[in-house]
Amino acid sequence: MRFHPDHELHRRRASRNYGLGAVLLAFAAMIFGLSLVKARENGVPGLEAARQKAAAAAEAGTTGEGRP
Amino acid sequence: MSDATSIDHQLEAGFGDYFALLKPRVMSLVVFTALVGLVVAPVPMHPFVALVAITCIAVGGGASGALNMWWESDIDALMHRTRGRPIPSGRVAREEALAIGLTLSGFSVVMLWLATNAVAAGLLAFTIFFYAVIYTMLLKRRTPQNIVIGGAAGAFPPMVGWAAATGGVSLESALMFALTFAWTPPHFWALSLFVKGDYGRAGVPMLPEVAGRDATRRQILGYSVALALVSLALGLTSIGGPLYMTVAVAMNALFLRAAWRVARRSDADSDADRHLAERALFRLSLLYILLLFGALLAESSLKPLGLGGW
Repeated sequence: MRFHPDHELHRRRASRNYGLGAVLLAFAAMIFGLSLVKARENGVPGLEAARQKAAAAAEAGTTGEGRP
Repeated sequence: MSDATSIDHQLEAGFGDYFALLKPRVMSLVVFTALVGLVVAPVPMHPFVALVAITCIAVGGGASGALNMWWESDIDALMHRTRGRPIPSGRVAREEALAIGLTLSGFSVVMLWLATNAVAAGLLAFTIFFYAVIYTMLLKRRTPQNIVIGGAAGAFPPMVGWAAATGGVSLESALMFALTFAWTPPHFWALSLFVKGDYGRAGVPMLPEVAGRDATRRQILGYSVALALVSLALGLTSIGGPLYMTVAVAMNALFLRAAWRVARRSDADSDADRHLAERALFRLSLLYILLLFGALLAESSLKPLGLGGW
């Protein structure tokens, strides 16, 4: 099946769609990058507590504490 | 006949038409001065956060440009220089420009807040409000000092950049604001003296048409003196230094001489040599802002080597 060559109208619509796609991708990349930087600079809320809890749980597992 | 054949294909907007709503040329000055404000601030920023902050300031400035085009589409259609803009040319609807302006305003302010702090976001929000509402809607068509008021809006970006890094406002950032603020009137009025605008037809009271061209020449000189004082004062602050001061003294001497030449001329002199002095002042004003902010940037970059600053 043969398609007609793109009309100026389609070219402009395509530029709009690709442009908007690029903007949305850039926005997503910005949010992602910002999240990484903020997490590294400020830490993740609750991460340390969760680590301590996991370490305590692991230790309890090796010493047999808490087993029935 | 199908509906498709009745569409005027020239009126279909491409991505570039929406981008043009953001006034990219104005945006380049916004990006440059905001970057300087951010880099010269004494608090270091993570480069990625700095990039996000500059992007937000640029988009916020662009959003205010879109709101400006939405409001002014009636007079843009009347003037030769602005007739080809996306709204008067029919490629973008007014409502679309309003929606884009409001959406990007909201996104840029919230994102700047998340990336940096509330002070920077608040200043950016105020900048957009000042340009779109106070300047565009309330004052531009009412006072011949419109360029001065518009210049204030354009002067906020270095302050926003500084606030993004430090979380506050200081003498240094206020003086960077004052520098751009005092620079704008001589820059635009020099242009208005040799480019025949049709603001009169659009009902915008520009100073040369309302107060007269001789009065404009005198005001150019007045603002140039104020500009010299502000730029030299900036050199005495913590972000100044010998390099900046040398550039500032040299550029102010050149600028004052050029403004003096413009102020002393009559329109007949100006017409006789095809506005040579006015064109020279305009070109010099572009170099002036570039070199002074560039010198601030250089002072800041030299500090780690123990060279910049006082």
